Amino acid sequence: MKLVVENLRLERGARAIVADLTFAVASGEALLLTGANGAGKSTLLRALAGLFTPASGTIRLDGLYSEATVTENCHFIGHHNGLKSSLTATENLSFWSNYLGTTGASRVATALDRMQLASLEAIPAAYMSAGQKRRLGLARLLVAERPVWLLDEPTVSLDQASARLLGDLVNAHVASGGIAIAATHLPLGLTNARELRLTAPLRTSEAAP
Amino acid sequence: MMQSFLALVRRDLGLAVREGGAVGTALGFYLIVVTMLPLGLGPDLKQLGRIAPGMLWIALLLAALLSLARIFESDDEDGSLDVLATGSLPLEAVAAAKSLAHWISTGIPLTLLAPLLGLLLNLDLDAYLPLVATMLVGTPAISFLGAVGAALTLKARRGGLLIALLVLPLFIPTLIFGISAVTSIMLDTGGSRAAFLILSAISLGSLVIGPIASAAALRLQLQ
Repeated sequence: MKLVVENLRLERGARAIVADLTFAVASGEALLLTGANGAGKSTLLRALAGLFTPASGTIRLDGLYSEATVTENCHFIGHHNGLKSSLTATENLSFWSNYLGTTGASRVATALDRMQLASLEAIPAAYMSAGQKRRLGLARLLVAERPVWLLDEPTVSLDQASARLLGDLVNAHVASGGIAIAATHLPLGLTNARELRLTAPLRTSEAAP
Repeated sequence: MMQSFLALVRRDLGLAVREGGAVGTALGFYLIVVTMLPLGLGPDLKQLGRIAPGMLWIALLLAALLSLARIFESDDEDGSLDVLATGSLPLEAVAAAKSLAHWISTGIPLTLLAPLLGLLLNLDLDAYLPLVATMLVGTPAISFLGAVGAALTLKARRGGLLIALLVLPLFIPTLIFGISAVTSIMLDTGGSRAAFLILSAISLGSLVIGPIASAAALRLQLQ
């Protein structure tokens, strides 16, 4: 399996955010997106997740059944955690597990355990700290099996131990044949990772003399 | 896919029960508006009875309007909408599930409150059953068409007023045929059955058009 991006151009308004980007990530590989604020990391991840429509270019997953889109095969972890504050940790995860297409209370319990949230399982998300909420949001990665992980600044508000925990999770996912693409300012401690540095393309108006 | 759909409906209903705010506000608003009507219009029982079906319908539309903006708003704020969009469920089905949950959690309670409020307006005894029946059949259109307005105004700050302007005109057919089905029974003019069937047709049409339009609007909002 291989995630292939060809001649991708992303625009907001008439402004190009990413221009002529081509890369591929095969299973067993991780890609770190780096670049200054506003370089287009989040927009690129949203485009890969199918939330943002590219102006031109293609994004596809090679080696999967033809009808499967990237969207249905990716986990998208954005800036917000996708948690309902009045639901408990278990209820939040059970919903995502049902919605994303797997069932099994054991999976939810295992995920909570691996994110070291087992003691908080009956606590509503509203009462959790920012870091605990982030870990609960990341636990979604474990309740449904999807080959492509798209992580947008996953370490925000995590402490060092939790950030290491996340690094281990991503490493394990990649080692088992998955693909991970993460926009980050911090090293995640990934073993098999390449780096893609995004720079804002020259605006046409600026390029002209 | 059905599993995802049901999971989403169940979650939204659970949240509506647990958070309670939107439904409570709508029911309270409905109660207060209808209570104020006899105070404003005077105690002429005959006149109140004549305008009762129309007033109950209009107040119901306004009460439902209050809760429409919340259909997608909280999912957008906490990032759930992004994840919902990456599920295997098409966005149209997501919009349908959320509209359905809105109807069950708001449309049905408002409909059940209406006959109680009919007492305050001296509603004709023969009109109670038709009123509840037309509201039960007509309110899905409010939720499913209202969701389109909710999706369109998702990122607009202070979208509350905008949603009223966008959505209320769409409710006019529901209002006309809902009221005429009730009044034609009260006045014994006939044609109640036809009005009721047209009302059902409007609701069935909105079940199809609403989610498609909502999903198109959501796709724009997610960019």
